[in-house]
Amino acid sequence: MAGKTLYDKLWESHLVELRDDGTALIYIDRHLIHEVTSPQAFEGLRLAGRQPWRRDANLAVPDHNVPTDAEERAGGVAGILDPVSRLQVQTLDDNCEAFDIVEIPINDIRQGIVHVVGPETGATLPGMTVVCGDSHTSTHGALGALAHGIGTSEVEHVLATQCLIQRKMKNLRVRVDGRLGLGVTAKDLALAIIGTIGTAGGTGYAIEFAGEAVQALSMEGRMTLCNMSIEAGARMGMVAVDQVTLDYVKGRPYAPTGALWDQAEAYWRTLHSDVDAVFDREVVLQAQDIKPQVTWGTSPEMVLPVDAMVPTIEAQADEVSKNSVKRALQYMGLHGGQAITDIKLDRVFIGSCTNSRIEDIREAALVAKGRKVAANIKQAMVVPGSGEVKAQAEREGLHTILLDAGFEWREPGCSMCLAMNADKLGSGEHCASTSNRNFEGRQGIGGRTHLVSPGMAAAAAIAGHFVDVRELGGHA
Amino acid sequence: MKPFGELNGLAAPMDRANVDTDVIIPKQFLKSIKRSGFGPNLFDELRYLDEGQPDSDNSQRPLNPDFPLNFARYQGAEILLARANFGCGSSREHAPWALTDYGFRAIIAPSFADIFHSNCFKNGLLPIVLHADIVSTLFDEMYATEGYRLNIDLQAQTVTTPSGAVYEFEVDAFRKDCLLKGLDDIGLTLEQAPAIRTFEEKWRAQSPWLFDVIK
Repeated sequence: MAGKTLYDKLWESHLVELRDDGTALIYIDRHLIHEVTSPQAFEGLRLAGRQPWRRDANLAVPDHNVPTDAEERAGGVAGILDPVSRLQVQTLDDNCEAFDIVEIPINDIRQGIVHVVGPETGATLPGMTVVCGDSHTSTHGALGALAHGIGTSEVEHVLATQCLIQRKMKNLRVRVDGRLGLGVTAKDLALAIIGTIGTAGGTGYAIEFAGEAVQALSMEGRMTLCNMSIEAGARMGMVAVDQVTLDYVKGRPYAPTGALWDQAEAYWRTLHSDVDAVFDREVVLQAQDIKPQVTWGTSPEMVLPVDAMVPTIEAQADEVSKNSVKRALQYMGLHGGQAITDIKLDRVFIGSCTNSRIEDIREAALVAKGRKVAANIKQAMVVPGSGEVKAQAEREGLHTILLDAGFEWREPGCSMCLAMNADKLGSGEHCASTSNRNFEGRQGIGGRTHLVSPGMAAAAAIAGHFVDVRELGGHA
Repeated sequence: MKPFGELNGLAAPMDRANVDTDVIIPKQFLKSIKRSGFGPNLFDELRYLDEGQPDSDNSQRPLNPDFPLNFARYQGAEILLARANFGCGSSREHAPWALTDYGFRAIIAPSFADIFHSNCFKNGLLPIVLHADIVSTLFDEMYATEGYRLNIDLQAQTVTTPSGAVYEFEVDAFRKDCLLKGLDDIGLTLEQAPAIRTFEEKWRAQSPWLFDVIK
């Protein structure tokens, strides 16, 4: 009998019931909750007279709507200027109170983007099933967890039953051989993978990222990589547990200690695909071929190395592709054949659940050190992923480097990744962004998003246009 | 949830690949704490010429005359014809809420994003996957025929065109049953409460570090 994949093991260990029709009841260990996708779920519980099945499985934190401006933030929930945002954050507080769910409130130092907070607090652990009403829940797969986003009906379902009705996904291994070059990061790897398999390439699959280049990534790099599984169409992405994982988890507030740690570690060390495991599909990339990436269009798969030219409509194979490239070029205000490095920028955003952890801030600060943001950049903002990340960066003096260079240093939250708070792009503005989606209007109506790594974003802020961070020097 | 039986409905086009959930319902409308009322803001940025806000009076906003759903011939549409990877992007259930609130009851496309696909079933919205060539044929026929209606029979798993062509589609047996009967997933799962408790006790004994930590 063939061996098991990591996904097979995680799935089987959480199987409550397998039905004849192939659907299964899967037990959920950790449910993370934020303010946008939960109000209707709590309302559903209320209407049906139901209570949460297991309160200690849940952890809530507001992130999408919280202001990142220090002054507005200081007023707490009551100080949020947009009344609709304020109501949503207030509703989360009220629901957590009413249903006795632990919440990290807006101005707690542990507050931050839910996908930064989970791993950072140890609320996310290897071997867990982790869900949240947010598609970037795939991030937590970096710890060797089965983690994916769910809709609001499923948020309610998990609250009420501690389970989800699922059908098993197929297994896809993305293997990256060799080592990434200097100045090429997990973000570039994620974008290169999406560029290779497409935004629907992972649909129907659970992705395991493997190979030398993935093993060489830090835990934070693995989170960046797994975070963007959903942009490749896969609900979940994961990386096998190894020493890097264990070193990261040890000592986190919600992680086990003492004898429990030893017991957990022994189990966690089994969380990898067996040598003879069979994958339904495998994609292999060579790390050395990957250069810093920049998206030029309105889908994450519209991505190219920084030294490339924007594609032409004529070069597209079929009508559907011609139409989407035409539409994307029009929306982005670009023309086919234009060099990526000729794209002028208006704003720079460093943050989001993809790239707002301490290593991301370090990467940006390293490039920014001793330099100045270009005159044509209206705003370059750095939004740390959590209060803890912010505090750590300040201990290292990174905020001073960034502020000296002309960047804004903000309070933690989702911010301009999806522009649900006050941080957004103006129409027609080009933004170098470390976030995960370059959809039309994502960062503000008419806004033009280019996805890049933190180092590339910082380099673009300094140059005023895209530039290969490796030429600017100062990269890690 | 409203049971889904047979549907004979007018078809309307969303003729683009990779329609993402930000296009279906832009983020400024996600601030609502309700489940209903998203219909007027479905495809907001394509449908209107101005920028919509949660407190806008949509009846007063300028409509985009080039957007098909604003054409007289597609008013009252219940079936959306779409292209590949429809519903990609975020997990927001506001996307199917907006589609159903608008009046759509089924979407036909060559493929759907996973989370969106699953969210549809929770809201009585039937996502139907047909081969890309068949979907193209349906688009062509729809453009050529004003008042183009399709008949969808979930029980039989068929889509029938006005000319009588019948296309079969696949649907998960469990999802089909829930949709046909209008069943609530949570109620069904809670019938398995003893099995969940048994699993939970076994799991707690095996992985005690997963319990009673967040409190």
